[in-house]
Amino acid sequence: MTHRNTRSLQVSALARVEGEGAMRVTVDDGRVGDVALQIYEPPRFFEALLRGRAHTEPPDITARICGICPVAYQISACHAIEDACGVRVPEPVRQLRRLLYCGEWIESHALHIYLLHAPDFLGYPGVVELARDHRQVVERGLALKKVGNLLIERVGGRSIHPVNVRVGGFYRAPTVATLAALRAPLHRALRDAIATVEWVAGFDFPDLTIDHDFLALSDPDRYAIEDGRPRVSTGVTFPVADLDRHVVEHQVPYSTALHATLDGRRYLTGPLARYALNRPQLSAPALRVADRVGLEPVCRNPFRSIIVRAVEVVHAIVEALTILDGYQPPDPPYVPVPPRAGVGYGASEAPRGSLFHRYTLDSAGRITAALIVPPTAQNQAAIEEDLRRLVQDRIGEPDTELTAACERAIRNYDPCISCATHFLDLTVDRA
Amino acid sequence: MNRTPTLAVWKFASCDGCQLTLLDCEDELLPLADRVRIAHFTEASSATVAGPYDLSLVEGSITTPDDLERIHRIREQSSTLVTIGACATAGGIQALRNLSGVEQYAAVVYAEPGYIDSLDASTPISAHVPVDFELRGCPIDKGQLIEVITAYLAGREPDVPAHSVCFECKQRGTPCVMVTQGTPCLGPVTHAGCGALCPSLGRGCYGCFGPMNTPNTDALSRQLAASGMPDGTRRRLYRTFNAAADAFARAAERRP
Ligand code: SF4
Ligand code: SF4
Repeated sequence: MTHRNTRSLQVSALARVEGEGAMRVTVDDGRVGDVALQIYEPPRFFEALLRGRAHTEPPDITARICGICPVAYQISACHAIEDACGVRVPEPVRQLRRLLYCGEWIESHALHIYLLHAPDFLGYPGVVELARDHRQVVERGLALKKVGNLLIERVGGRSIHPVNVRVGGFYRAPTVATLAALRAPLHRALRDAIATVEWVAGFDFPDLTIDHDFLALSDPDRYAIEDGRPRVSTGVTFPVADLDRHVVEHQVPYSTALHATLDGRRYLTGPLARYALNRPQLSAPALRVADRVGLEPVCRNPFRSIIVRAVEVVHAIVEALTILDGYQPPDPPYVPVPPRAGVGYGASEAPRGSLFHRYTLDSAGRITAALIVPPTAQNQAAIEEDLRRLVQDRIGEPDTELTAACERAIRNYDPCISCATHFLDLTVDRA
Repeated sequence: MNRTPTLAVWKFASCDGCQLTLLDCEDELLPLADRVRIAHFTEASSATVAGPYDLSLVEGSITTPDDLERIHRIREQSSTLVTIGACATAGGIQALRNLSGVEQYAAVVYAEPGYIDSLDASTPISAHVPVDFELRGCPIDKGQLIEVITAYLAGREPDVPAHSVCFECKQRGTPCVMVTQGTPCLGPVTHAGCGALCPSLGRGCYGCFGPMNTPNTDALSRQLAASGMPDGTRRRLYRTFNAAADAFARAAERRP
């Protein structure tokens, strides 16, 4: 407590995040010193184990980095390999990828909103306790999540680690009838998603304003999901192939996750970045509900990211319905991707932010080097900065309250720690 | 005994996909929460109740010295311990390091591999503590997970078939992809559970449920070689998500 000069706040196992981690904040004479988000998720070495595998294997293998957003890994991997092999997939296949990805946005955002994040705003330890008092609300969230999973299943064959995705496209295109059956559940989900935006917008939000640079993929024709060109809020934009010139990862001693910087600066990727950079391209129902609940055009309060996620669910559902309207099974469902020596880059917008892959192939298509830059690695410095600011603003508060606030701030991101391939505890040292 | 049984979910090196399968039981989650007390499940709740626990579900493989200690503590506190998924039952995809050595892997990913505290091998839970039941799959199947929990609550053995994916193809009427298209497939030696998903989409099984109980990998390897598959490709086929499972590890090393 405050009679000490040094204080230490600690959470030994951060709950409701995907994966394992801890946090440590040092407070010295009323000033916040070191902030360390420690990810102690055991490393799984994907970049190393991909070496020597065939160019057809990364979609199945990298899916296993994260059970919550396997589609993101599969699609970024496909893009990178297709890029290395000089193949561009036709529009109907891209549409089907986008449809699959909409399923992942719906499922993953619904999970984050209802199961991981909302309990914080309403003062419950988790969704089961929340359901005791708000059964119907939780049932609505589970129904929404279920529709996302159903969409992934119908297009991808399985909701966790889909089996239908291959480099060049899909093993089998879903039939018109299979997808048409999704229309009614998606229409119901749209009502639930709009109700979700209204529900979360009514929460009480702690004050916190951040000034991170934003990075998101952008596409001239649509709200970027499965593809696009990296764009930064500073005005910089670059082809994915220039990734290495802008994004640099470095290791920090206290964490198994790498930290990334963009042109030497800390930055933020994910829903807040996408919304700030691409808002005008949201579908009309998503924009209408965002305006109705008073969501500002550029949202700089990370606690309000839960509203942005909900708006993106509305968008993903509308987008999925639009793709369904014009759906004709692509025939064939994939293009051949003959191997060649080269380096390829791929990106897509995982629910938690831009996900980059880079592969080097030899002439037989064997992978000689792989680089995977997941959203958590990119956001780590931004999360630490949020914590620093939060603790500084509330320095007089007792440790327990401050610790709880930090935990909540981390869950704004749900740092998907498995994807950092690397777990969360919270320690605040007060000097 | 009318005390509500307690359920705990634990994580080791993994992608969270198997525990997520529990949260993906959208229709069964709330009814289940009425029948068991979720006492420890950090992905779902920040409330934790101290052990002992009646049923522990364990996801992930053992890859760090800390985890090695933690699994013993969990076993001591759990009446029934069930492993969920390929990571927990066979070491998972991360067991590929067992072949190359962890130093080499760490050097590829980290500039300062010395900071990384990781064991040489990624090992299944059963290598360290007695396990009451192993549920296979990468990820596990939702239906099988519900069956295991229901069986536990009813005090009976789980009804999880030990035959191969081939049976499931026959059950759903999928023509054999090896016979009809010459597509290489691990279905004949892979544990059932997924409902033969891959062949139904026209691709060969890549073995994500791991080896079935009595797999004839020699016969399959001969067939794969006869159809022109190079040794290296066959080896990689056995070495994915269940690379350290005995039958697959041996098959990968043996030449047909
Ligand atoms: S077995 Fe597969 S799905 Fe399950 S935790 Fe391991 S990698 Fe994830
Ligand atoms: S790889 Fe085999 S076991 Fe896994 S989903 Fe495909 S068919 Fe089923």
